[in-house]
Amino acid sequence: MAEHDHTDPPSDPALRVKALESLLVEKGIIDSEVVGAFADYYEHRVGPRNGAKVVAHAWSDPAYKQRLLSNGTAAISELSFGGLQGEEMVVVENTPTVHNVVTCTLCSCYPWPTLGLPPTWYKSPAYRSRIVIEPRSVLAEFGLILSDQVEVRVYDSNAEIRYLVLPMRPAGTDGWSEDKLAELVTRDSMIGTALPRLPA
Amino acid sequence: MNGIADMGGMHGFGPVDRSDDAGPFHDDWERRILGITFSALGAGLFNVDEIRRATESVDPITYLQSVYYERWLYSTEALLQEKGVISAKELADGRSATPAVNTTPPVTKDVARIILEQGGTSRSADGAPARFQPGDAVIARNINPHGHTRLPRYVRGKHGTVIVDHGVFALPDSNAAGLGPRLQHVYGVRFAARELWGLEALEQDTLQIDLFDDYLDHAQQRAK
Repeated sequence: MAEHDHTDPPSDPALRVKALESLLVEKGIIDSEVVGAFADYYEHRVGPRNGAKVVAHAWSDPAYKQRLLSNGTAAISELSFGGLQGEEMVVVENTPTVHNVVTCTLCSCYPWPTLGLPPTWYKSPAYRSRIVIEPRSVLAEFGLILSDQVEVRVYDSNAEIRYLVLPMRPAGTDGWSEDKLAELVTRDSMIGTALPRLPA
Repeated sequence: MNGIADMGGMHGFGPVDRSDDAGPFHDDWERRILGITFSALGAGLFNVDEIRRATESVDPITYLQSVYYERWLYSTEALLQEKGVISAKELADGRSATPAVNTTPPVTKDVARIILEQGGTSRSADGAPARFQPGDAVIARNINPHGHTRLPRYVRGKHGTVIVDHGVFALPDSNAAGLGPRLQHVYGVRFAARELWGLEALEQDTLQIDLFDDYLDHAQQRAK
């Protein structure tokens, strides 16, 4: 750890970021034109609709589902999704007897190429501290009450592997197109804190 | 380190507040610090394990009072000073004290695109001996390193079962300390919720976590 004086009250982060950026630009270390490209990518090009397409494809194509569960990274790249924080993907399948839910207790690791950047609650101390010790209580706060017959399996993604939950396909969707199925797949259902939407 | 970031199993943070879910950023400075940090990372000024180490080293009161991207700011500021890229005075002034010496060219738009679209993994094709096999009974080591580790407190000393061998990766503890890559197998290890949290947990509930060779010992198989 650097000799970094944390005892001063931090000044406005906006000012500090501006000072840091202009200093690094002056030193020739970063290019201001490039700095904005990273946020732009996650605001406009990548998000949970990617993951929804993966799930809908797995629901529609049993051979794809097998590939997805045996090598998540390769199967997801078949749909042209991949990259930073999705290099080592494992997809875990919800079944009538196992419900999976994902966290990162130590920071906020999350599968960016399929889900985008994580929501604030995923990064919060409340979620990170509680989902491992009392997952059923946390899921109940999300409106998801699970039977005592089901195994709740929490994944703490603390190393390089990133997890995507494959939810169960809702009943009453026989013959649906992948596009229509994808509309049922919410971000939270791929984290494991919700089930997919029910067909209207 | 036994720091504030290692919060799995803590009490007292209240219900999960989901009211703030409009998008990943609230203010433009959050977008900028994300890009500054990735630009510095892409230029090779530090590695991702060092970022995590610096973030968990933010003092605990500041850590809890900060919004997420403030912690990125504090860790990036700290690492750039630690690496001698900038000084505290320069940071306070927002101006360079010396003429630019451009030894590390800035990340370009093309490089940024490669970082985003390809990422990078510490997975190694080089072999390393696997100390464990799927099905092995293991115990997470009870270690308390001052430095960065990805072995959270709540599994230390607990018995689990190796479910899968994910392959060989660089141990973050070593990378974060600037000691270079140390290659080890990473295993998905499953623990009974009751082993971790006691009888209030339901018998069938479990937790799976990815652990490096250095975090594990063989255990005697024992009855549930």
